[in-house]
Amino acid sequence: MRLRDLVVREIVQRPAPMVTCFLAVALGVTALVAIQSITQSSEQEVAGQLENLGANVLVLPPSASLQDYYAADLNGETLPEEYVTRIALSRMVGVEDLAPRLCVKADLDHHSVVLTGVLPRSEFLEKTAWQSVGLLTDGLDLNAVGTKHEGCRGSCRARVLDESDIRSFATTRVVPDLADDALLVGADIARRHEIAEGTEVELMGTTFKVTAVFPPTGTHDDGRVFAHLHTVQRIAATGPVVNVIEIMGCCEDAAGSLVTDLATVLPDAKVVTISHIVRTQVAVNRLMGRLTYVLFAILILVGGVSIASVMYANVSERRRELGTLMALGATPGMLARLILSKSLILGFAGGLAGLAAGSVVAVILGPLLLDVSVRPGPGAGLAAMITAVIVAAASSLLPARRAARLDPCVCFQEV
Amino acid sequence: MRRSGSGVPDPVPAEAIMIELVNVNKQYTRRSSLIDALCSTSLRINGGEFVAIVGPSGSGKTTLLSMLGGMLAPTSGKVILNGESLYDVPVSRRARIRNERIGFVFQGFNLVPWLSAIENVQLPLCLYGTDRHIQQTRANELLTRFGLQDRLDHKPSELSAGQQQRVALARTLILNPPLILADEPTGNLDPDCREMVLGTLDECRDDGCTIIMVTHDQAAAESADRILRIVEGVVHAADITDIAGAA
Repeated sequence: MRLRDLVVREIVQRPAPMVTCFLAVALGVTALVAIQSITQSSEQEVAGQLENLGANVLVLPPSASLQDYYAADLNGETLPEEYVTRIALSRMVGVEDLAPRLCVKADLDHHSVVLTGVLPRSEFLEKTAWQSVGLLTDGLDLNAVGTKHEGCRGSCRARVLDESDIRSFATTRVVPDLADDALLVGADIARRHEIAEGTEVELMGTTFKVTAVFPPTGTHDDGRVFAHLHTVQRIAATGPVVNVIEIMGCCEDAAGSLVTDLATVLPDAKVVTISHIVRTQVAVNRLMGRLTYVLFAILILVGGVSIASVMYANVSERRRELGTLMALGATPGMLARLILSKSLILGFAGGLAGLAAGSVVAVILGPLLLDVSVRPGPGAGLAAMITAVIVAAASSLLPARRAARLDPCVCFQEV
Repeated sequence: MRRSGSGVPDPVPAEAIMIELVNVNKQYTRRSSLIDALCSTSLRINGGEFVAIVGPSGSGKTTLLSMLGGMLAPTSGKVILNGESLYDVPVSRRARIRNERIGFVFQGFNLVPWLSAIENVQLPLCLYGTDRHIQQTRANELLTRFGLQDRLDHKPSELSAGQQQRVALARTLILNPPLILADEPTGNLDPDCREMVLGTLDECRDDGCTIIMVTHDQAAAESADRILRIVEGVVHAADITDIAGAA
């Protein structure tokens, strides 16, 4: 038998007083790990969505209100298509791609659908290539609309774009090339109207050939059909206008300067970044993150007080037993170590249980609360465990000191 | 440190004087008034001597026993065990002396309730730092000697009072202490168990152990070589005829 066996045996043999301490610590760590894991996953989800969207900036009519990125082109207001040319010709730093859109209501087999006109990138790249001739601009990326900035962390989407697969439009929102009578169909529309690639569809008195059916994206785009912008403008008689121009920046660093540059080039347009649109979710994530630390602090404080209280009571109850240990040869330091070790074990076990429980709670609640799948990371959990152990040890300092200062003569007292 | 390969202290060389009190005085302050728990006392107890301390309740018997056991510092004077002044050494050294040289027998047995009989007996060896295997072997041997070989894994609550006191005696003797301090060791026992305890203490004396026993039990005191009587903190030599009045 060793001194640490004494600690473990006492916890095992008399678990009741320790349960509250254990639960208090475990609850604090569970709350922190669960909320932090969900928050971090939510942040990663937002970042992932931004990455998938690629578009960093939206150019909208000045009066447009905006709640949803995917519905940005349904605002009803329009901009001159000439703005696309202005952006393309200005070769702004950080612009990789453009995606102008125009939405009109159309009738498909007596069902209302949104027909969205998109401008293939081949058309505006022609403009930038034309503008580059004779400028001797070494380092210009002729596959991009604008130029790269110094220290760019971007993935250079223009180069990696799979031009052979038009279905990549579903995720990149940029179509490389598009025939005048080509029609791209969202997954929901294709399923509802049993439309397959190669079939012909009549919309607004014009016959289109279905070039691609997109896989489901979980966005409004699943309920849309897409055609060449100029075709849509012609059949809808809107003139050369668009509802929105999506601008894909090379990386997030470029987004800030792009807003300024665009506001200069397009003074009559409203320019917003994606981060403006997801600001609410980002703010909620940050608030949750901060609240977690407050909640953790409160719960861990309660846990600390609980441990201190239980340990104090434990020392009082065991006065005769501790006195006997002193009579048998235990030093005051040994008694202090007995109490401190017990607290450390409780803090560690509570932290470990909280880490496991918090991870499970996060995995279950993440999809239910924020519709995000959660993969608990070690960061917050380890920090919480270390804090729990430190708080547990600190809480039992006074009880340990009391045990060390116990009068050993109590062993002679009758109970 | 006296440590042999057996995991227990080597025997202390027999000395004429085992423990000595030199002008020891103990005073308490209670509710602003000074109480003399033990008046200036000088006392010598030789190695192998069996001394009984008797006296009425509150006379200072347990105070004396505590000071002899290195657990209560006197207000003045010295307590010298085997030539070493107990209260002039650091606390850790005093704890070591208690572990190696002093065995306590308590009226209430003072067994740790959540440890088994064998684990209770192992405690002094555990504090001494003896190897776990040796701890178990020695504790097993001693409990078998006390007829408790079938109760090794029983908790104190599962043992009778007599069995508990035998476990406590085994714990006292596991490190072969040269000095045994017993505080009313027969107080809670039936006659048979009382005989067993006194018989064990007699055996220890025969083995050269010094025994100092506080008791109210006349028969127990009769088995001692010398009887000391304490009245209001003053220690007197007594004989057997004084015991009836003292108890």
